[in-house]
Amino acid sequence: MSPRTTPKKRSKPQPADLAKESKLPINKDLSKDDLVGFYRQMVRIRRFEERSLRVYQQGKIGGFLHLYIGQESIAVACASLMGEHDHMITAYRDHGHALAVGMSMDECMAELLGKATGCSKGKGGSMHYFAPDRNFWGGHGIVGGQTPLGTGIAYALKYKGLKGSCMTFLGDGAVNQGAFHESLNLAALWDLPAIFIIENNGYSMGTSQERSSSHPPEGLAARAEGYNMAWEHVNGESLFAIRDAVNRAMKRAHEEGKPTLLEIHTYRYQGHSVADANAKKYRTKEEIDDYRKNHDPLNVYRLYLLGKKVFSEDEMKEIDAAAKKEAEDAATFADESPFPETEAITEDVYWETDNPDQRVSEGRLFFND
Amino acid sequence: MPEISYRQAIKDALAEEIERDENVVIIGEEVAQYNGAYKVTEGLLDRYGPKRIVDAPISEAGFIGMGVGASMLGIRPVMELMFWSFAYVAWDQMINNAGCVRYMSGGLINVPIVVRGPANGGTSVGATHSHTPENLIANMPGLKVVCPATPYDAKGLMKAAIRDNDPVYVMESTILYGITGEVPEEEYVIPLGKADVKREGSDVTIVCHGPAVPVALEAADILKNQHDIDAEVVDLRSIRPLDEETVLESVKKTNRAVLVEENRPFCGVDAQIAYTIQNKAFDYLDAPIQRVSTIDAPAIYSPALEPEQLPNAARVVEKALAIL
Repeated sequence: MSPRTTPKKRSKPQPADLAKESKLPINKDLSKDDLVGFYRQMVRIRRFEERSLRVYQQGKIGGFLHLYIGQESIAVACASLMGEHDHMITAYRDHGHALAVGMSMDECMAELLGKATGCSKGKGGSMHYFAPDRNFWGGHGIVGGQTPLGTGIAYALKYKGLKGSCMTFLGDGAVNQGAFHESLNLAALWDLPAIFIIENNGYSMGTSQERSSSHPPEGLAARAEGYNMAWEHVNGESLFAIRDAVNRAMKRAHEEGKPTLLEIHTYRYQGHSVADANAKKYRTKEEIDDYRKNHDPLNVYRLYLLGKKVFSEDEMKEIDAAAKKEAEDAATFADESPFPETEAITEDVYWETDNPDQRVSEGRLFFND
Repeated sequence: MPEISYRQAIKDALAEEIERDENVVIIGEEVAQYNGAYKVTEGLLDRYGPKRIVDAPISEAGFIGMGVGASMLGIRPVMELMFWSFAYVAWDQMINNAGCVRYMSGGLINVPIVVRGPANGGTSVGATHSHTPENLIANMPGLKVVCPATPYDAKGLMKAAIRDNDPVYVMESTILYGITGEVPEEEYVIPLGKADVKREGSDVTIVCHGPAVPVALEAADILKNQHDIDAEVVDLRSIRPLDEETVLESVKKTNRAVLVEENRPFCGVDAQIAYTIQNKAFDYLDAPIQRVSTIDAPAIYSPALEPEQLPNAARVVEKALAIL
């Protein structure tokens, strides 16, 4: 094959056609409650993120805070399709997924403040939310490091003979990590019910897709061809389009036990993390404004619901206000919650030390003298 | 009691656990059709089939991480590393994921995985294939690490490792795979964190683990036969959890300690052991604690020189005589 020069460019945002996509088989029978429910979930995520940004600016949150604002349609659409044996795992931009699977704002906000009432008892922080009882396996801090774990969850489902899937989310910055490629190979080689979802927001921290990834003209997901894996490119502006594509991938997982690689075009308005001082330097203000004004998944969906008279302006405002209040209450809850006791530092390290009655090993497990 | 090899003892442990628990699955490079690079899993594919004995591609980060993920859902994968030296390819999965998920989830998630394989020098395979990372693993709270030195210990510790609800990393030895020893036919499990006095003595304590155990025993023979010195050999067996009591008891009896390991000296396991002895048995010591480690350089290839780099009986004897 002769060398070719390929346009290593991220595709331009495409306007979604929600009216059309709402008629796709997976969407056409949605009730008003479903449709409004999706809106409520997206708004809840956005208000939570906005509130957590303020908490961060007040100096109450340590370390990093990676906001999901602009990407809400993805977590909400994917969570809406989850059945008993469908699972989710993601990277460090995990608040949206956590709320979408049903974790409470209280436990999530308290975790940001490092409080004992946090979902990880204040031991994980922003990047490490978990709710295995809701099939949500984190919340992982190392770029691409969660992809073998997601593959393993899919492996476990297959091993146990369960009809399920594991959606493994990653950013466009993770697609050049070896662990990701090894995961694609294993999932395809062993026919695992794995769905890898690239939330392509265009930037791996401050490095654009063009400067970080070589890929076929069709995009990052087309790399799946190399692993003989099904793939699709999805417009993240449309919650309906995401549901359609993810549903197809889930069916492939459930019925054929085969993996899929999805690339969802999306955008983040904030920096990589809140501490990303250069968030407006590696991209133009025009680009940010264009996405915000014309391609915002929440706004696009709101206008669709209003246009179709699924809900009224008043109902919409009520939902917004309720989400805002919920976030406000969560901030208060987090503020008023206690920090963990010092003893907590050495709890939750080993199963055995947390279950001393059932300990079978002997000897020392901690060395603090 | 029948005598079987260290290799056979591990295989028997794997087979018994596969039969006991349907969630136990063996995954690794060449473990199934090839029958194991070091034949530890020989015959298991025929006995248990491809669901339980799985050949993985050369993709350590991928398949070890996959095992970690599967264990979060209750599978008990026993992952074979052809060499522990290859763990570095999967380090993020083994340390960040296996080691931290339980903690970062506030105890919501358990990772009952075993990673096993040989970790030793002495076979002229050069620096990249001769690592002994038990000290590095022991430095990571959340992980457990054991280094069995006899067939009996290998079987009993492997079964305990598989039943443990936390990640347990088992370091074996290609040098030891062929040695034989008595192993009872009836089932037994050796709890992690329990040292074993491999030879009783009253003059000096030699603390060792893994491939350093036969070295220590040989040195004890020489000390007895040539110098009429009775050395007590304490095999740690498990590094984390650690049995400090057995070490301290022995030192309180002999008042002298020589610590032997295949780790490099700097931040080796025995650095911690030495600290423990001086901290908890200072008044019992009649001489400074001595250490014998692998000479502080990457593993040399030269078959003529490698035995000199590794701990050997002559160096242990020399150190013991220096404090007697």
